Amino acid sequence: MLPMFFWAFIVGGFICVIGQLMMDLLKMTPAHTLSTLVVSGAVLEAFGLYEPLIDFAGAGATVPITSFGNALLHGAMQEAEKHGIIGVMTGMFEVTSSGISAAIIFGFIGALIFKPKA
Amino acid sequence: MTGNWIKQSKDAADQHEIKRPVLKNCIKAFLVGGFICFVGQVVTLILILFFPFTEQTASNPTVAIMVFFSMLLTGFGFYQKLGQFAGAGSAVPVTGFGNAVVSAAIEHRSEGLVLGVGGNIFKLAGSVIVFGVISAFFLALIKTILIQIGVI
Repeated sequence: MLPMFFWAFIVGGFICVIGQLMMDLLKMTPAHTLSTLVVSGAVLEAFGLYEPLIDFAGAGATVPITSFGNALLHGAMQEAEKHGIIGVMTGMFEVTSSGISAAIIFGFIGALIFKPKA
Repeated sequence: MTGNWIKQSKDAADQHEIKRPVLKNCIKAFLVGGFICFVGQVVTLILILFFPFTEQTASNPTVAIMVFFSMLLTGFGFYQKLGQFAGAGSAVPVTGFGNAVVSAAIEHRSEGLVLGVGGNIFKLAGSVIVFGVISAFFLALIKTILIQIGVI
């Protein structure tokens, strides 16, 4: 379990460095950077490369936003195996629902209890 | 004269751009991003040890808990300061996604719950969801068709 903590730090940090380089060297806005990383995560999963990274680095691969693209594709493919093309639609948010739900719920609660900072 | 001044200030801006401390930014991003993922790993371990989750299923609740931390840090104004220091190190982890949602919701609270919070909550984070879903949709479609016709 201990090497998992080490690799979570290294791999997670490395993905953030890729994002930082996209912002600094390619002059991309944060929104463009994050969107590109999400698409990259989905593409990596399409070639079966993201799941091994999760097995290896744990949260280092599941916490960066790339895992969002991976999880979307993963859910879609899981359902597609059972129900064919329609499953692509119905399974899309199967794995990611917790991230989206948490963002909406905590975003709303946050808006209720916190005041905007000047 | 005026044009010259504008050109000069533009040159100065360009020079400023070139002097962006890329290496320093990358080190900061690495340390902060790595630390956030380390915290995520701690949360994952706690979920596996004390709650009925396995290594495969723990990543979902981990993301939700990280978004919750992000709400607290954003609400108290710490995440914005962290973002100025860490750049991509705080933007790329899912806490950055949470920060984008929560800060948009808080910022537009004054416009009302429906038009303000409801209408703007995904203002900053929406593009991530849209492009994630679009890319996953087409990749899944292609892969499913390839599997069905027996190519892979």
